[in-house]
Amino acid sequence: MATDRRAFFKGIAAAATLTVIPTAAIAREKRTASKDAVGLFYDSTLCIGCKACVVSCKEANDMPADVDGYGGGLYDAPEGLNEYTKNVIQLYRDDAEWSYVKKQCMHCIDPACVGACMLGALHKDERGIVSYDPDKCVGCRYCETVCPFNVPKFEWAKAAPKIVKCELCRHRLAVGKEPACSAVCPRKAVIYGKYADLLDEAHRRLEASPGKYVPKVYGEKDLGGTQVIYLSHVDFEKVGFRFDHQESVPNTQQSVQHGLYKGFAGPIALYAILGAVMFRNRRSEDNDKHESGS
Amino acid sequence: MEAHAQHQPVGGKLDTWPFRILLLLGAIGLMLTAWRFAVGLGASTALSDGYPLGLWIALDVVTGTALACGGYAVALVVYIFNKGKYHPLIRPAILTSALGYTLAGLAVAIDLGRPWNMWKIPIYFWNWNLNSPLLEVALCIMAYVGVLWMELSPAILEKFGIRVPLLEKALMWIIALGLLLPTMHQSSLGTLMMLAGPKLHPLWFTPLLPLLFLVTCLAMGYAIVVFESVFSSMAFHRKPETAMLAVLQKIAVYCGLGFVAARLIDLAVRGKLGYAAHFDLYGIVFWIEMVLWVLPAVMLFASPRVTLGSLFRGAMVIAVAGGLYRFDTYLVAFQPGPGWHYFPSISEMFISIGLISLELAAYVVLVKRFPILGGRRAS
Amino acid sequence: MSASRIPANGTTIAEQLKRAGVSRRHFMTFCGKLMVAAPAGLAITNYLSPAAVAATLGKARRPSVIWLHMQDCTGCTETLLRTSQPDLADLILNIISLDYHETVMAASGHDAELALADAMQQNDGKYVLVVEGSIPQGNGGNYLKIAGRTGIDMLNDVASHAAAVIAIGSCASWGGVPSSDPNPTGAVGVDSIIKSKPVINIPGCPPNPYVLLGTVLEYAATGTVPKLDSIGRPLFAFDRVIHDQCPRRAHFDAGRFAVKFGDEGHRSGWCLYKLGCKGPVTHAPCSTRQFNEVVDCWPIGIGSPCIGCTEKDIAFRVPLFTTADIKHPVPPDTYPGIHAEGRQVSPVATGIAGIVGGALVGAGIVASRKVDAGNDNDSQPKE
Repeated sequence: MATDRRAFFKGIAAAATLTVIPTAAIAREKRTASKDAVGLFYDSTLCIGCKACVVSCKEANDMPADVDGYGGGLYDAPEGLNEYTKNVIQLYRDDAEWSYVKKQCMHCIDPACVGACMLGALHKDERGIVSYDPDKCVGCRYCETVCPFNVPKFEWAKAAPKIVKCELCRHRLAVGKEPACSAVCPRKAVIYGKYADLLDEAHRRLEASPGKYVPKVYGEKDLGGTQVIYLSHVDFEKVGFRFDHQESVPNTQQSVQHGLYKGFAGPIALYAILGAVMFRNRRSEDNDKHESGS
Repeated sequence: MEAHAQHQPVGGKLDTWPFRILLLLGAIGLMLTAWRFAVGLGASTALSDGYPLGLWIALDVVTGTALACGGYAVALVVYIFNKGKYHPLIRPAILTSALGYTLAGLAVAIDLGRPWNMWKIPIYFWNWNLNSPLLEVALCIMAYVGVLWMELSPAILEKFGIRVPLLEKALMWIIALGLLLPTMHQSSLGTLMMLAGPKLHPLWFTPLLPLLFLVTCLAMGYAIVVFESVFSSMAFHRKPETAMLAVLQKIAVYCGLGFVAARLIDLAVRGKLGYAAHFDLYGIVFWIEMVLWVLPAVMLFASPRVTLGSLFRGAMVIAVAGGLYRFDTYLVAFQPGPGWHYFPSISEMFISIGLISLELAAYVVLVKRFPILGGRRAS
Repeated sequence: MSASRIPANGTTIAEQLKRAGVSRRHFMTFCGKLMVAAPAGLAITNYLSPAAVAATLGKARRPSVIWLHMQDCTGCTETLLRTSQPDLADLILNIISLDYHETVMAASGHDAELALADAMQQNDGKYVLVVEGSIPQGNGGNYLKIAGRTGIDMLNDVASHAAAVIAIGSCASWGGVPSSDPNPTGAVGVDSIIKSKPVINIPGCPPNPYVLLGTVLEYAATGTVPKLDSIGRPLFAFDRVIHDQCPRRAHFDAGRFAVKFGDEGHRSGWCLYKLGCKGPVTHAPCSTRQFNEVVDCWPIGIGSPCIGCTEKDIAFRVPLFTTADIKHPVPPDTYPGIHAEGRQVSPVATGIAGIVGGALVGAGIVASRKVDAGNDNDSQPKE
């Protein structure tokens, strides 16, 4: 009896191990941009800080003004991305250098928010645009928690809040227009196009003007790659890109989770073993009773 | 269940001063909850886009469900390791679990921005994102709340003299489910913050998060059973089950030591242990956690005799250690970037306090009127 | 209008105006205009009323001016002639003593050459030389010859006896149109030839005549030239870029741009930046000092992008419709920083949290004491 039981415990331990320890973490395939992937390319050396993109983004997306920012209550002057603002121009300045930087959704190739979203309210469409469907959103704000760029924003002031984020003007793309920010940019500091073409252009500029830029296309590899890429003349960390490692955010988590839940085998096995153990325990109890009773 | 006779209602009058205070706090919490739905989350909480998850999630859900793992932990001992003598502990443990998980569910409903879409989570299976740890947590917790109340239903039905044979037959498989579900979602609560990835401080971010969360929930589950048994025996003048509790305490302590070892080895292997040497908020909090985990072991092994008092103190320290670890993982070690701050607002705190008060009030009502607590009346 | 017909130098402006019968009201109007044209940076306009400016100017001796034409289109002269207030006949000839000017003088041939010699002799070392047009250096300077002398010779000769040299227009300042690529005549500005004395550049195509008058009168009244910027332009007129006070600036800030000539934005008076307007990088008084007193009579006013004519490296160097590379040494402050500001922590909330935490710790201690007290005898030996 005792030895039998030990064998059972071993079985339980094995099943539990299967369920929680990522030993079998399956190396997850690295995501790459789809063939039809589109994106934006922002060159900080061309940006003149006119904020035309901020204005046209608000018009194109029918966003309200944010007068709580630095404009002293007079102007639509958001401090950063927020529930009223899907696109913003910020300024980095220290004693030696300065740079504008445009912030909007990076449309990651392997987005954390999409990995987080329970019902796929945030999802990547065939062009790789991270799109939002409020019908499937419960407002849990997990996407905000996991986004390494702090992009998704929540309508805190509303009773029926939604998530607010750049969707690359997909309603404009649908009628053959390009995103509002790139369409209005007077300097072509931000351009829209096929992801592959944008990468080529970025590398062309890097090679054409050595020393002009930080020698790196941000978003080519960072965090698994983003469909919005950047060239900058100041360090990327200074303009707010905190992370430069190449692994995508969901990679570790999904490797572990896929390891644990591959085909749901772990939980089913665990459940079967738990049930079997209990069944056996009960029967032995019953037997004990019968034996003692008879 | 053969042990029915062990459980008896405590009896006594309900209308006591502590009970009234609990109801008052609960009423304040409910009024603030109504206010939260009237004005929205922005005005009623200190949550922001940097800290979108706050007190309600970190305390009521993440820490609260771990404290509500008593049912899971004791059921594991009773049904899997077949230690029938612990059966007297199971009903109170299941009751705290049922109440704790219900509270967590309520907290989530208050926290969600669009709670009217909540029903779609279990129904819209064709939209399920199986990569989402939160989906797993949500589904498991929803299912587990049902499982817990079903596990508890004999106690409730008994009072009214109702027997449901089908339920009694199926109960074993429900209990098995009640063991599977916490294993899944308690580990997934750890996986959940793994997706915060680079925003989580390296001392907390690890691929072992699911294991660490599972171990802490077990330790906290046993600790809370000990705590609650001692407290109930005090409050309701029952004879304490000191010997049984000592064993559970030991399991909790070993879980804690295992947790400390796993965490330190993992940090060392991944070369992140250096962060622990930094004398900053994170380094300090990390060591406070570690000391709190080791302290109960020291208390247990250093004292020559196991007294109820030492059990009680040890259990409290374990509960605090586990709670702190989980709270830290969700709030303190979460770094959304420069410029963001979070401290729960007054209404957030009072809604949490109100919910916990209601939970305690419900516990008092249920143990006084229903056959939950085991053991004999102290002479 | 030869030198012999101009009254002898040495008269003051006031005396001359009285003699010529110019009304005081007329002169006061001019002084008011001059104050508007040079609100800061000139000693002669640093007064509170036109009367005070008139009093100062009235005491000044009329400056003798010799005006040389080089490779030019005479546009700069035309703009001077078309100042409606004062007009040439009424005022300029009485305020300054224009002793030699090839376009407006009646004399020709040898008479003209005589007039130049006279003017140089009479005011040797005291006259102001104004040069219009670029100087061709190619082919030994032979692309321009006046009375048998090359432009270079003539300029060197006249400049060597001048008190001050003013290059009027973009051509005289740094070559202008004639010097644009491929520059067949080897055209250069005055300051490439004259190295011995400072040259004041009043660029523009054409320049605002008030800038010339302000500069000349400042010299006449105080004997000093106005403060210049790094490329020799008087700061009182060239201290800011057109963009800073452009009437269309609001459209730039709001992102409303004309993108094609005649499109909706263009007809609505939106910003011309996308059409190649160089206003953001062009230092010129155009946006604040109307040209020749006609309201909105300047390129941006009539919907034509600025070509940057007052900038050495822009007009005739950068294509007309290329957008300007806006460079501010220090960008303005009206931008958000890189990191957002989070919400403030309520001190009341932290206080309450402290109280709750303290209460829990206290309750734990009290409860554990009670447990000890109530169950001292109920202990178990360790297993």
